[in-house]
Amino acid sequence: MSLQSPQKYWWDEPLDKDEKMWLTVAIIWALFLTLFMPYMHYTGKQNPSQEYAKISGDKFDAAVDKFIAQYKVGEEAGFAVVAPPPNSDIFIRGKQFTWDPILKLKKGVQYKLHLSSLDMNHGLSVQPVNFTIQVVPGWDNILNITPTTTGVFTIICNEYCGLGHHTMVGRMYVD
Amino acid sequence: MAGDFRTCPTTGLKVHLPAQTLIKVNAVTAIVFLLVGGILALLLLLTRWQAVHLLPPDFFYRFLTLHGIAMLVAWIVYFEVALLYFTSAVLLNARLATPRIGWLAYILMTVGASITTVAVLAGGSDVMFTSYVPLKASPFYYLGIVLFAVGTIIACILFFATLSLAKYEKTYEGSVPLVTYGAAVAAILAIGTLAHGAIFYIPTGLWAAGVIPMMDPEAYRLLFWGFGHTSQQINVAAMIACWYALAALTVGAVPLSEKFSRSAFVLYALFIAVASEHHLLWDPGISSAHKMWNTGYVIHLAVLASMMHAFSVPGCIEVALRKKGYTKGLFEWLKKGPWGDPAFASLVFSVAGFGFLGGITGIMYGTEQLNILGHNSLRVPGHFHATVVVGTSMAFMGITYYVLPLIFQRQVMFPTVAKLQPYFYGVGMWILSIAMMFVGSFGVPRRHWDITLADAPFKYSFGPTVDLGMAITAIGGILAVIGGAMFCVIAVATVLAGKKVNQ
Ligand code: HEM
Ligand SMILES: [Cu+2]
Ligand SMILES: [Cu+2]
Repeated sequence: MSLQSPQKYWWDEPLDKDEKMWLTVAIIWALFLTLFMPYMHYTGKQNPSQEYAKISGDKFDAAVDKFIAQYKVGEEAGFAVVAPPPNSDIFIRGKQFTWDPILKLKKGVQYKLHLSSLDMNHGLSVQPVNFTIQVVPGWDNILNITPTTTGVFTIICNEYCGLGHHTMVGRMYVD
Repeated sequence: MAGDFRTCPTTGLKVHLPAQTLIKVNAVTAIVFLLVGGILALLLLLTRWQAVHLLPPDFFYRFLTLHGIAMLVAWIVYFEVALLYFTSAVLLNARLATPRIGWLAYILMTVGASITTVAVLAGGSDVMFTSYVPLKASPFYYLGIVLFAVGTIIACILFFATLSLAKYEKTYEGSVPLVTYGAAVAAILAIGTLAHGAIFYIPTGLWAAGVIPMMDPEAYRLLFWGFGHTSQQINVAAMIACWYALAALTVGAVPLSEKFSRSAFVLYALFIAVASEHHLLWDPGISSAHKMWNTGYVIHLAVLASMMHAFSVPGCIEVALRKKGYTKGLFEWLKKGPWGDPAFASLVFSVAGFGFLGGITGIMYGTEQLNILGHNSLRVPGHFHATVVVGTSMAFMGITYYVLPLIFQRQVMFPTVAKLQPYFYGVGMWILSIAMMFVGSFGVPRRHWDITLADAPFKYSFGPTVDLGMAITAIGGILAVIGGAMFCVIAVATVLAGKKVNQ
């Protein structure tokens, strides 16, 4: 019984056929799982390729201000709307409790998206396509993205960032 | 010294009385926190169900922080400490090495848990149990957690001291029982993990107190999950030790192969400790290659261990029941199991829920491809309410039905309520977990007060399917809260007023 000391020499008792079979299946399955993720990483084309760099909040803030001044095309709900050219560096700045600016992107065009935060951790959750990227202060989280669907997208914050967390909502357009 | 022991009339084990008292005290404290956490759970549930939307935002986030701590830290760890004393002193017929140190551990843990609880309730520490910097809690918040962890480490050391003493005094022959072996793996993981926790909790507390500068937020996240994930493996190892114990107690099961089961425990001890980056798959600061190494190879060797237990636990139950003559067809043994025994029902919910619901979804969300869809959505609490609630908590509840007569020496009160209890809790939690994962797949965030986004500058609606899903989550949760309340009432009533089991 599992509550009492086992018989002596339990180590010498051979495994049953069933156990050996299960063990083999389990090992194969574990190997499969281990290889499948890298396989999909390189062949699956599902996820944007990710880079990163350290960056101070001030530097990132200045870069975003410059980006907005350069490509601003309008305003909505008090946020700048920015239409960057293809293949450019684009930015979203997270801070308690806003995402800005509003990006206006083109379908099928590649951009280098820079994400960082000026204060807490935030979670960039893009709906309704539904993907999430972690936004961390002090770090530039860089994604090479190519929008594949057009429409109006909502950016929700899904990393708790303070008592106004549920009001942290932004917008993005792809046409 | 002999006067310090009693002989258990049911099992014939010699029970060291000071150990017995410590087991009682830790188990009762665990259940008190389960009660507190359960009341908070009801309030959270009724807030996330937007048709009711009970709490204001500050109290929602505050109670969410406290629910995580009361449950995942206090309820689980106090119960584990009780298990450590039970599996060392009681199962080995030995005396607890130094009961005084056991009390020291208990006092440190309790002072720590109280300080943290008060710090959270006082406000200004609404940081969630992950407390990612730069979110800042009161320095007392971290102090309480560190004290609690130090107390737990002391309890683990006492466990090992008791093991060596038992060996030295030859209170048992050969190897320790499998359940004790599993508990030892849990204790090894606990010592490593909690020491790791100190590496970032202490500097973070000092930062909150204004003594030193803040650590890098990404370094914090990496260190936090190195601790946070591994500490969940303590719960897994303790839970599986309980599975083997429950299988033996409820149907008289004998492990199919000691070698097989023990090797699986060793795999946990060796490999799971390294895994943590599946929490950071879309974070900056760590290369994709490193994340793949960390979440692939290392985690899957631990998965292998879980797969082994997934074979040997149901396997030994099946063999035991077939021996009783239930041999018709493939599943007569399962049908004829003692379903009226709440410990057996809890065991089955726990094994099936941990494996099918918690384990599989954990592996899924731990891949880069699915993590980008599920990270920080309600899929995550859906997953861990399957592992740590259906799995670990129900295993602990099941064991309680035996701890009450064997250690508290009282007959379980309200047997009819007890019979139904695991069904309320288990079915409710299955519904809650599945419904949370379902709404999470629509991108509904976790830790979020208002998914209607009423106060936000832009509008977005998750749609009626999600509203329905949230309502189903609430219904499952309410069933589970009822089941949890039944459990607490039975346990408390039995401890206070249960009929004495004759000596
Ligand atoms: C009656 C049973 C329970 C119910 C109805 C319940 C319900 C909930 C709800 C609604 C949330 C909030 C999810 C969110 O908005 O992100 C939550 C979070 C959580 N629950 Fe439970 N829960 C129960 C039992 C437990 C138990 C027994 C444990 C641990 C052993 C546990 C651990 C947690 C943790 C760690 C969190 C996350 C806290 C955070 O995000 O910081 N729960 N639970
Ligand atoms: Cu935010
Ligand atoms: Cu947020």
